[in-house]
Amino acid sequence: MPREIAVVAFAQTDHRRRSDELSEVEMLMPVLHEVLAGTGLRTGDIGFTCSGSSDYLAGRAFSFTMALDGVGAWPPISESHVETDGAWALYEAWVKLLTGEADTALVYAYGKTSPGEIRDVMTRQLDPYYVAPLWPDSVSLAALQAQALIDTGHTDEPALAAVASRSRTAARTNPHAQLRGAVPAGDYLVQPLRKGDCPPIGDGAAAVILAAGDTARELCERPAWIRGMDHRIEAHSLGVRDLTDSPSARLAAERAGVFERPVDTAELHAPFTSQEVVLRRALRLGGDVNVNPSGGALAANPVMAAGLVRIGEAAARIHRGASDRALAHATSGPCLQQNLVAVLEGES
Amino acid sequence: MSKEPVAVVGIGQTKHVAARRDLSIAGLVREAARRALDDAQLDWADIDAVVIGKAPDFFEGVMMPELYLADALGAVGKPMLRIHTAGSVGGSTALVAASLIAARVHGTVLTLAFEKQSESNAMWGLSLPVPFQQPLLAGAGGFFAPHIRAYMRRSGAPDTVGSVVAYKDRRNALKNPYAHLHEHGITLEKVQASPMLWDPVRYSETCPSSDGACAMVLTGRDGAARAPHPPAWVHGGAMRSEPTLFAGKDFVSPRAGKDCAADVYRQAGITDPRREIDAVEMYVPFSWYEPMWLENLGFTAEGEGWKLTESGATELDGDLPVNPSGGVLSTNPIGASGMIRFAEAALQVRGQAGEHQVDGARRALGHAYGGGAQFFAMWLVGSQPPPG
Repeated sequence: MPREIAVVAFAQTDHRRRSDELSEVEMLMPVLHEVLAGTGLRTGDIGFTCSGSSDYLAGRAFSFTMALDGVGAWPPISESHVETDGAWALYEAWVKLLTGEADTALVYAYGKTSPGEIRDVMTRQLDPYYVAPLWPDSVSLAALQAQALIDTGHTDEPALAAVASRSRTAARTNPHAQLRGAVPAGDYLVQPLRKGDCPPIGDGAAAVILAAGDTARELCERPAWIRGMDHRIEAHSLGVRDLTDSPSARLAAERAGVFERPVDTAELHAPFTSQEVVLRRALRLGGDVNVNPSGGALAANPVMAAGLVRIGEAAARIHRGASDRALAHATSGPCLQQNLVAVLEGES
Repeated sequence: MSKEPVAVVGIGQTKHVAARRDLSIAGLVREAARRALDDAQLDWADIDAVVIGKAPDFFEGVMMPELYLADALGAVGKPMLRIHTAGSVGGSTALVAASLIAARVHGTVLTLAFEKQSESNAMWGLSLPVPFQQPLLAGAGGFFAPHIRAYMRRSGAPDTVGSVVAYKDRRNALKNPYAHLHEHGITLEKVQASPMLWDPVRYSETCPSSDGACAMVLTGRDGAARAPHPPAWVHGGAMRSEPTLFAGKDFVSPRAGKDCAADVYRQAGITDPRREIDAVEMYVPFSWYEPMWLENLGFTAEGEGWKLTESGATELDGDLPVNPSGGVLSTNPIGASGMIRFAEAALQVRGQAGEHQVDGARRALGHAYGGGAQFFAMWLVGSQPPPG
């Protein structure tokens, strides 16, 4: 029987279009204080710390080293960092707790997309020899995927607009969301995706605390137990993938135990409306599942933190008794190349 | 529930050079990975997950290159995790891979670290633009030279100790076919006559800029039983971090390094590292860091590290050989350098280090550090499985 590990606290910034007046550390620190305060723990009590961020957003090498100042890593701490979404930092921390080497973990992630042109920046993620020189931007690639979905009859533009509308309406009750309430579909950004089908561009940070066994029960009234977690990657070249499907998300879900029993809630990291369609099919989510009650990445998309926010939002619903079994999903890479799925449960 | 013991059953490196113009980034990592698989007599299908590390993405100009490398590393349909902890990343990456085995999440994991520094200029890549850093602070050498000066002043070490280290490591590299620098005519006088780069660090006392990759196959007890060659067993591993700058920080002997070593020794049951450890692969990018780390890692008392170096104890035939591979001073693909230290330590206890083998090495330490001497990763490997 593997060790029981739970999400016991979650905090996030109010995600905003710009945060020029704040450094990354200044943006992050209140979130770290809030998540620690939620448990009464101090930095020195934490067994392992892991973060997720990207130098390409910061525009300089080793950007994460400054963020460590916000943690207060003195005396020295057991710590690691992933150069990707913080959901994978949470995965690394979960594995660390599974080994028994630590009983608690602090996981955080942050991203400031406002300083650069995010559509251009994300092109640097592509095959550097054959694709990146063409600068195909993230919206254009998502539009290819959306068009493939429409061509195969899995969706149409009104259905995509409905995803956008439902997400932003749900975000009305999320004080941290950047877009709250329905927004107009707008013009095509890249056909068939309209402005409303795309995520807002913004800055933000998030933090989660994990704890094992009885420690989790002491720190949280209703811990969100991680019943399973897995992540899988697909080929990078879009030409060899079926963009209308997400076999990596499905396999990760299978390994995480999603299909053993129905979930009541799913927080999907789908920055584009069309990607929610792909994920719903791959993860076999029926109409009875409450998808993205937070508004999802369509309401706030702090790059490198948005996946961790999904896990945090799902856990927070379990904490407050609004969900008993939730799926949390995070993605990385162009057109959902890499996917992580976690199953969280509350005890009745 | 006890942890699964972790064994290193496959090791592969590229020939490290200034520029591998014959290979793409994918070709570079695949060369190391294929060699590690061959060493373990395994194939891509035997691998459950890939854990990959490298230093800043700006070195190659590719954001999160692991996405593009998924195909080349046989990771399609598998978990692929990317680590980045500055210069210590090669070590941290191996430790994350080891924890996947220890926690029994996976049975066999491929871990790999690389840097293809010829794609950019690493020295200027490491020189942060104003206002993040004071002007005229060029490269890592500019950052570390004042701390070396502080060590010399504090310990009273004679000026020549740095050149002794460089002369040793460059000669050791001649016995390592994968090392970048093979300086056949090297003499102590040549090292001491080389140009001053960042006082007191001379040209021949600094690491090169390399293209290279290093890979390891890690597995548990069952996998080790099937391995064709003797495995190296992980007896302890740890990471420690502290902030870059703060009042009271000891740059000469950072507490994070001491704490990390103490944790590893505790796990491995080491009480007298000088006597119980047979070989050390430590991260020495500038020659003076050998005596500094000898103290930080508890091999000597504070202020005594340079005496150990000067006595010849750290030579390949000394009683505490340090960097028998030639170390970072002879090969430095930054993101891979930590993993090369970990892998070379494993080669020593497997008895597979070839010409730079330390006779009878049973326990070896692999060490990596990064950032402003603030990130540390270490493991201790042995020829026998850990007790229990």
